[in-house]
Amino acid sequence: MSVDGGAPGGTAPRGGAPGGTAPRGGAPGGTAWETVVGLEVHCELKTRTKLFCSCKNAFGDEPNTNVCPVCLGLPGSLPVLNAFAVELAMRIGTALHCEVRPSIFHRKNYFYPDMPKDYQISQYDEPINVGGWLELPDATRVGIVRAHIEEDTGKTTHQGESGRIHAAEYALVDYNRAGVPLVEIVSEPDLRSAAQARLYVTELRAVLVATGASDGRMEEGSLRVDANVSVRRLGDGAYGTRCEVKNLNSLRSLGRAIEYEAARQVALLEATGIVAQETRHWDENAGRTVPLRSKEEAFDYRYFPEPDLVPLAPDAEWQARAAGAIGLLPAERRARLSTLLGAAPTTQQAEQVRVVVSQGLDDLVVAAAAGGAPADLVLVRAANELASDLDAALSLDPGAFGALVAMEARGALTATQSKAVLVELLTAGGGDPAAIAAAKGFEALSESSLADAVRDVVEAHPDEWERFMAGEAKLAGFFTGQVMRATQGKADGKAIAAELRRLRERDGPDPTDHGGRGDRDDHGGRGDRDNHGGRGDGGDRTGMERAGEDV
Amino acid sequence: MIPAAAESALDVAGAVRRGERTARSVTETALEMIAAREPELHAFLHVAADEARAAADSIDDALRAGRDPGPLAGVPVALKDNLCTRGIPTTCASKILEGWRPPYDATVVVRLRDAGAVVVGKTNLDEFAMGSSTENSCQGPTCHPMDPTRVPGGSSGGSAAAVGAGLVPLALGSDTGGSVRQPAALCGTVGMKPTYGLVSRYGLVAFASSLDQIGPLAGSVADAALLLEVIAGHDPLDSTSLDHPVPQVSRSIDAGVDRMRVGLVDELVDDTAPDVARRIREAAEELAQAGALVEEVAVPEMRLGLSAYYLIAPAEASSNLARYDGVRYGLRVEAPDVAAMNTATRTAGFGPEVKRRIMLGTYALSAGYYDAYYGKAQRARTLIVRAFDRAYERFDVLLGATAPSTAFAIGERTADPLAMYMSDVCTIPSNLAGHPAMSVPFGTGDDGLPVGVQILAPALGEERMFQVAAALERAAGARWR
Repeated sequence: MSVDGGAPGGTAPRGGAPGGTAPRGGAPGGTAWETVVGLEVHCELKTRTKLFCSCKNAFGDEPNTNVCPVCLGLPGSLPVLNAFAVELAMRIGTALHCEVRPSIFHRKNYFYPDMPKDYQISQYDEPINVGGWLELPDATRVGIVRAHIEEDTGKTTHQGESGRIHAAEYALVDYNRAGVPLVEIVSEPDLRSAAQARLYVTELRAVLVATGASDGRMEEGSLRVDANVSVRRLGDGAYGTRCEVKNLNSLRSLGRAIEYEAARQVALLEATGIVAQETRHWDENAGRTVPLRSKEEAFDYRYFPEPDLVPLAPDAEWQARAAGAIGLLPAERRARLSTLLGAAPTTQQAEQVRVVVSQGLDDLVVAAAAGGAPADLVLVRAANELASDLDAALSLDPGAFGALVAMEARGALTATQSKAVLVELLTAGGGDPAAIAAAKGFEALSESSLADAVRDVVEAHPDEWERFMAGEAKLAGFFTGQVMRATQGKADGKAIAAELRRLRERDGPDPTDHGGRGDRDDHGGRGDRDNHGGRGDGGDRTGMERAGEDV
Repeated sequence: MIPAAAESALDVAGAVRRGERTARSVTETALEMIAAREPELHAFLHVAADEARAAADSIDDALRAGRDPGPLAGVPVALKDNLCTRGIPTTCASKILEGWRPPYDATVVVRLRDAGAVVVGKTNLDEFAMGSSTENSCQGPTCHPMDPTRVPGGSSGGSAAAVGAGLVPLALGSDTGGSVRQPAALCGTVGMKPTYGLVSRYGLVAFASSLDQIGPLAGSVADAALLLEVIAGHDPLDSTSLDHPVPQVSRSIDAGVDRMRVGLVDELVDDTAPDVARRIREAAEELAQAGALVEEVAVPEMRLGLSAYYLIAPAEASSNLARYDGVRYGLRVEAPDVAAMNTATRTAGFGPEVKRRIMLGTYALSAGYYDAYYGKAQRARTLIVRAFDRAYERFDVLLGATAPSTAFAIGERTADPLAMYMSDVCTIPSNLAGHPAMSVPFGTGDDGLPVGVQILAPALGEERMFQVAAALERAAGARWR
């Protein structure tokens, strides 16, 4: 993200590749390069049957078992459009803020053995969805050129391509996938880095899942991505010559391929000034793109209107029905959580919201908060404690989760104790947090016992207290540790901090110029980890205070 | 010269349903006649004798069990060999489909069987229905039933010859630019192209999808009506199939033509040989005699038809025929890689006329040429539709010749594709408009060979079209019997 001129930080996917994905600058002119990416995402629609026949639309079945005269393109067969595929396409268009409009189908003519008719039925200049946008969590609005319906091809598996045993070279074709409905979603070249391209696909995937159109399984080919990549000098208005990179079957491939391709183009431009427009293939093993065909070798697809199908003009009622079937979109889910927080979310909370929504835990958070638990703490616990066991978390009883967080919030459990109880709840799928806490012997200290414990520790360490009073804020950690030891961990870190603050204010003037930093220094090394995802320097003060809970 | 008409389908079905004859005996007679005439005619590419006998036996079983096999009970029917028949070879008279047996029946075949018809075989055609003489068959030409030195017309020449020779009362053909009507005219039979979408194309091997329609060939207007009613009607397997009640053509054939407004189309008379033109005018006079209001009308846009057709039809064909690539079925010529195998297979598998049209169509659709050729042809098509619309404001039906001449000699036009293409000049406009049209025999030309008069009607105007056809059939019967 360093030289891309795009959105500010905080957009790198959690645990993903590091930022700085744009190619290095350092050109003679001194201007940095900017990566420009537009994506074509093919989404397999989750219909029961194929686009033009009643064969089963299923992944992983025995090869060539879900086939019929139509999807095998046998002479005399004719396509009949699957109405549910149209409905899903309309849902996608609506979710991407496209204009859903009357459309027609075209034939795209080219020879390929896994394409039974040697033409693909697709949409060309009159697609069903045009002109929308998708807003990314980093607030970038990516234009959607179109999202059109087309049929998938079969799948070719090349055998014995070692080159050594010539006679063993052959290919197997499985036509189960032939005729599976696809929606191809074409973005504007609005993406400015590999990381942002990944963010787009991640967000788009979540949108597609929310519409019910896709299962989102990239590993099964449910989503397939082609990337149009070009580079230009930062500040240049015109786009550079682009190359289309194919065979991007995972987010990892997508990110690596864009980084490689952008770097390749920068090197070419710096050495020769020229990038040739071509289609390139991403070689995952070699970690590079290789030329597939040049512009001159590009196919002339000889598009013409498909005479076997009639124009498609969904009426307003059908469109409304499709729009009404869309679930909450990820942006709406994020907004819902932000609203729940009651105030504008901090950077850190925004990240927690993103994590919770991307993992599908937001319904749990909403339900738990509805039971009275404070939303901010529910969010923290969901983002930080539930991700590691997502399957269990998705079936967790929100009532039990909410009750646990409420106990912690009112000081009945320390953060550490609360997390221990949560592990039990996850294992069991629910339960009574109070009973579990009691069984574990957890009981929070009463306010007076805590005050006593803190006073005892302070009195036992007069020198340290002197220095703390003089402004050595990091000693708060020392006192906290001592109180924890004295109470066998039953004290709450936040309560200790509050008590220390109270004593300090009682014993002397508050060193306000150090107080804020004191918390930060004190907790940065230890308490941060759970809440900050390793980015201890990024949060604001509110975030730091929240981190303090975890001591 | 004209042979005694075969028994009518109506008579055969009636006799079988009443138990006067068995379907098996009717079938055996048909098979014997085919065996006797085939060496000279070559109307069939495949005679499905075993399947026909089995079908006939099951019809007889049904009758014995008290069930009605349907309106075509025991009637032998021949099918153009571009209609898919389950387990029975379907080659389109092309080497590229040699040996291919479809795993399914075309919708029209299903409907025929459900109506009690007996499919006796598959008839010869110009390869993939591309031609007007049945000479473009990889299996060699079919001969005219009355003169073996002449062509039967095409591309449904095998079906027309089989009906014309009295081998079967009924046959199906396909009509993309006149391929049912023109051979029907040349062979002295009735042939009809329905409104586009009235008969399902499912299982018809596509030539030009926006023009193709399956149509009946029969010895009489009444038999053609019977067959049309069996095969017409909405089919969910064909998206272009009309969801519209089947026109009741059998009931309309006795209605007469009193006050019917008939437009005699100048272009469909002037562009034909003098002996043909004379017969068409006589036909118009007969209709006027029978009470019709006949007027001449010029529809000059019809002359755009041939050029538009020879861009649109090859364009669609170039795409429809792409699938014959040697990968999945039919002919494969081995080669070192897939692209070379595709090329070798298609080079060996397609005949010269098919290759010519694939190249024409590929060119017409190419980047940079699309608007000038395919686009312009579609605009011409629109002009033709509008011209028809205007004519049908004044007329109920239009009248003209079906073909510009009577049957020509084998080999006469094979060296000159454009001369061959001209054979369809009278029939093409109805395909471009999607309208119904039919050919009814009306006397002979100077050479003693049949002349067909063509009746054209607006979309779904089949009933009035059959009314006129029946009137002309009666008039012809009165004149020449």
